[in-house]
Amino acid sequence: MSLLHLAILLPFIAAVFVPFLFKGFRSIHTGWFVLLVPLALFIYFIQYMPVTSSGQTVSQTFEWIPSLGINFTAYVDGLGLLFALLITGIGSLVVLYSIYYLAKEKEALGNFYVYLLMFMGAMLGLVLSDNMIVLYMFWEFTSISSFLLIGYWYDKERSRYGAQKSMLITVFGGLSMLGGIVLLYIMGGTFSIRELIGMSGDLMTEPLFLFAMILILLGAFTKSAQFPFHVWLPDAMEAPTPVSAYLHSATMVKAGIYLVARMSPVFAESGVWLWLVAGFGIFTLFWGSFNAVKQTDLKGILAFSTISQLGLIMSLLGLGAAALHFDTLDENMYMTATIAAVFHLINHATFKGALFMMAGIVDHETGTRDIRKLGGLVNLMPITFTIAIIGSFSMAGLPPFNGFLSKEMFLTGMISVFELDLFNLNTWGILFPVLAWVASVFTFIYSIMLVFKTFLGKPQFDKLPKKPHEAPIGMLISPLVLVSLVIIFGFFPNLLSNSMIKPAVEAILPSLTDAGQEVYVDIYFWHGFQPELFMTLGIILTGTLMYATLAKWQGIYNRIPERFTINGVYDRGLDKSESGSFKLNEVVMTGYMRSYLIYIFAFFVAILLSTMGIRDAFAVDTSNLAEIRIYEVALALVLIAGAITILFAKSRLTSIVLLGVVGYSVALFFVFFRAPDLALTQLVIETVSVALFLLCFYHLPEISRKEERMKFKMGNAVISVLVGVTVTLIGIASFSNSQAFESISQYHIDNVYELAAGGNMVNVILVDFRGFDTLFEICVLGVAALGIYAMVNFRGVRRQKR
Amino acid sequence: MEILMSIVVGVLFTSAVYLILSKSLLRVIIGTALLSHGAHLLLLTMSGLKTGDAPVLMDGVTSYTDPLPQALVLTAIVISFGVTAFFLVLAFRAYQELGTDNMEEMKGNDSND
Repeated sequence: MSLLHLAILLPFIAAVFVPFLFKGFRSIHTGWFVLLVPLALFIYFIQYMPVTSSGQTVSQTFEWIPSLGINFTAYVDGLGLLFALLITGIGSLVVLYSIYYLAKEKEALGNFYVYLLMFMGAMLGLVLSDNMIVLYMFWEFTSISSFLLIGYWYDKERSRYGAQKSMLITVFGGLSMLGGIVLLYIMGGTFSIRELIGMSGDLMTEPLFLFAMILILLGAFTKSAQFPFHVWLPDAMEAPTPVSAYLHSATMVKAGIYLVARMSPVFAESGVWLWLVAGFGIFTLFWGSFNAVKQTDLKGILAFSTISQLGLIMSLLGLGAAALHFDTLDENMYMTATIAAVFHLINHATFKGALFMMAGIVDHETGTRDIRKLGGLVNLMPITFTIAIIGSFSMAGLPPFNGFLSKEMFLTGMISVFELDLFNLNTWGILFPVLAWVASVFTFIYSIMLVFKTFLGKPQFDKLPKKPHEAPIGMLISPLVLVSLVIIFGFFPNLLSNSMIKPAVEAILPSLTDAGQEVYVDIYFWHGFQPELFMTLGIILTGTLMYATLAKWQGIYNRIPERFTINGVYDRGLDKSESGSFKLNEVVMTGYMRSYLIYIFAFFVAILLSTMGIRDAFAVDTSNLAEIRIYEVALALVLIAGAITILFAKSRLTSIVLLGVVGYSVALFFVFFRAPDLALTQLVIETVSVALFLLCFYHLPEISRKEERMKFKMGNAVISVLVGVTVTLIGIASFSNSQAFESISQYHIDNVYELAAGGNMVNVILVDFRGFDTLFEICVLGVAALGIYAMVNFRGVRRQKR
Repeated sequence: MEILMSIVVGVLFTSAVYLILSKSLLRVIIGTALLSHGAHLLLLTMSGLKTGDAPVLMDGVTSYTDPLPQALVLTAIVISFGVTAFFLVLAFRAYQELGTDNMEEMKGNDSND
């Protein structure tokens, strides 16, 4: 266990102490103690920056289940470190923000910080694990802690609904991912991602390769809210705002992005990967931005915007895979796509975190997040307005903020699809720039909406539940730090390029850099009059126009009926699967014993007869048959007649007597078959049984004593005849095949006197050779006797009540 | 003989299954009794019938019937007797408590699932 492992597990360890701190120090907000954890971790992880930027990696192994190849291997490379810094950095800011956001008197802070720390540790473990099983474990930890955080205000119905929805969808994806991991293990024989990357060329040719890829992508798409699994994210907005800012914008939803980036070296050679990742990404980008415009809740807008931006990063990662098909890096413009993805990942975390905090402040200070009630807050909340405008403009992709840079690079990547002569991209690839452009227009519209409708326009303070005023300074620190990062990264993007982006890109596309070539990251504002500049101008112009005429075309959103939305499909699917399984249960589980017996007998017949048919097992061998004498035939006829007459017996008494007839005939058969002990036992037991039956008969209640002939039921008859035929066929066939092995009885016959000093072989077998059977048979009788005694003598509650 | 016995066993099973599927509890128990008769006869038949004398050691006899299935059947008879007796008393108590012996009425209602 190294220091690195301790660092990853530190949030879990800290979480154990949170309840004590919460209970022990009532006067101090628990968040102050918690703040130390991400802060310390951030400082710790900063130290790795020189290591990764020089192209090295750190790997520490802690053996967990070595016999199964499951070890907690902590592995720090550019990509992992980038995420670790995001998690701990934004984690510190979010904890700080939450100290002012959540009141210590009203909220169950102990729970909140335990969940949050659990999430932080899970996220750190996820991004720093090399072993896929450990990665999966942390992955599910994030699902669980996210579930707990969304349902933090568990007395609200919407919170519980959102928590359940996110749980169902992300756990579905997580389990698919586990399937993909297992398939990869079957193909590669290892859980280590680095080892799998090493053999990616061989994996490509495996038949399971495609299944593994799709299953892993299902995990990534559900976690990162890609279409059509994005439906959980808007409902997750019921969580407290610090949670939305942390989990549902900066970290957890990027776990899927991380997974795609991490697994890129394994899968990216395949064209299917490119199409799936880039295709789903670009459509999610469009769909998210399109739907964001119709939202009226600040956090709703931000949720759909997150979906859309995640789609953007995803499509860039998918497109970046094209770089693998080119040999040199100098002219490789698809490298830009990966660089843009990493850059936008950082940018999105900064501005989206700030915007969520802004939404939280507005909610906190005005009492509502509904943009129809808000407006004209600019004079009252100037600092919040500044945060909002910087964050939104960066999100819209306007200069001079960092969003502009990554948006430009994104457009460059999308335009370059035209020149890509791979996997039919030159035909259908036209969709990429078109969708990207349309989505950017919508992004522009909702970004403008977010600022203008909240802070500008006519003040309508009478509609607000609270009298608005500027937030306390503590609440503003974190978003201010984030927006200053937005500006700093905007003006000095190359601060990041060598320290963060380059190592991350090298981790995503290792095969290119291993060949000795260097990734050259240079991000700049002005690249001449290129097509992307005109596209940006077009976006701004069209966006402004469309925003001005918003009221005229907003009606198109109402055209889509509720039942055809993904949400409607999800809700109805859940409803239908519940009512469907209920109905199935109602039909199958009737409560009548007869139905269950029919199932059992029907399966007995179907399985045995079909097996006999398929295996061609029926055989008749007449060579070993014993001879038949006339009185045996007569006895058989008596037995058959007795058994069948019971069915038609009009009274119960007749059937009992007939049962006796059958029993005594069986005893006679035992005589014919030279089994004297059996005959004796059978005679005695049959007599006692019949007496017992008569006893029961005597005690029948008056109503039931109406002796009616059993109603003839065709179904019963068919089933019973089939069972009889099956048994007969099996009997004949198995007797005909019984000569395969010699019987072991000769041993008993030979040794009955020598070893056991007895003459009656059956009795010697019962008490000597196989005495254990007899012991427990005695137990059965004893238990039956005790049971009968208890049943007769102990009267239950029901009797006492009467 | 074995084929004849297989048919007899088949008939016993048929009647047993038919009775078990019926409504009256008493007939269900009669059905189980018939089923055990069928099973016992099947056990004995499958080892071959009348291959020698009764399995009691006697001078001058070289060929005995297989004693092992007989021991098994003996055990089975005793156990099925114990179970049948238990069931009968159970049925008797069920009459007493529930006032019916109709299987269809013993389903309970939806409220006490």
